Amino acid sequence: MVNQLLFLYCAVVIIGTGLMAVRFKNPVYSVLAVMVLFFHMAGLYLLLNAEFLAAIQIIVYAGAILVLYLFVLFLVSLRQEVKIERFIASHRVSTVVSVCLGACLLAIIPSFKLGAKGQYPVERIEQLTHTKAMGLELYTNFILPFEIAGLILLIAVIGGLVLARNEKEVNE
Amino acid sequence: MIPLSWYMALAAVLFSIGTYGFLVRRNIIVMFLSMELMLNAVNLNLVAMSHYLDSLVGHNFVFFIITVAAAEAAIGLGLVIVLFRKKKSIYVDHINELKG
Repeated sequence: MVNQLLFLYCAVVIIGTGLMAVRFKNPVYSVLAVMVLFFHMAGLYLLLNAEFLAAIQIIVYAGAILVLYLFVLFLVSLRQEVKIERFIASHRVSTVVSVCLGACLLAIIPSFKLGAKGQYPVERIEQLTHTKAMGLELYTNFILPFEIAGLILLIAVIGGLVLARNEKEVNE
Repeated sequence: MIPLSWYMALAAVLFSIGTYGFLVRRNIIVMFLSMELMLNAVNLNLVAMSHYLDSLVGHNFVFFIITVAAAEAAIGLGLVIVLFRKKKSIYVDHINELKG
């Protein structure tokens, strides 16, 4: 009962802040609404017994990625942003398309069937602790994707540096 | 006990909100934010499913998705900075050089 109430609270806040984030005139408010959304998403992960992912969600998403968004927002000019039109010309068609997509996704949910059970029931994860269980899985079955993820991060670091560099200053 | 379909419904709604924001907004930074919303909807689905399937595969997928989202944000926002430097604008309908 308490879990269901907690889920409903998180769901309402997530949908509300999501809608706010895409509707707000000022993009800074959008970023702040998405931050609230990410915190409630971490709450849902806690409900699903994924403590490590909840921590990662707050540290990486709310802590690092959103701050990066805020910095870039302050780098580009915001002066005229609140005065001019925020939607593209064909936004009515886009609204219809996304509402239809949502309706289709909701309509196919009842036909979903769960497959075979895995080998990590909740009791085992609780006994091992979630971080350890995830680490065991990550460093045995997912070691190659883990290495590739490191490579992707390296590419992102180099790419970000190269892209954001001011070429005029470098040439002088 | 919360049924799995509640999580899936929430994820579907969040995904379509993200699609709406991506299709409707002119500001390219808010478009990137909408993309993060879509990634989060998928993450929620993966974590919920792997909880109900007694598995950890979904959790590891979410770990990798968060990594790739961080890389995507870094590269995408770098592109936004370059775009703003060249065109003094971050609106998608001002970027139309390739239009015939």
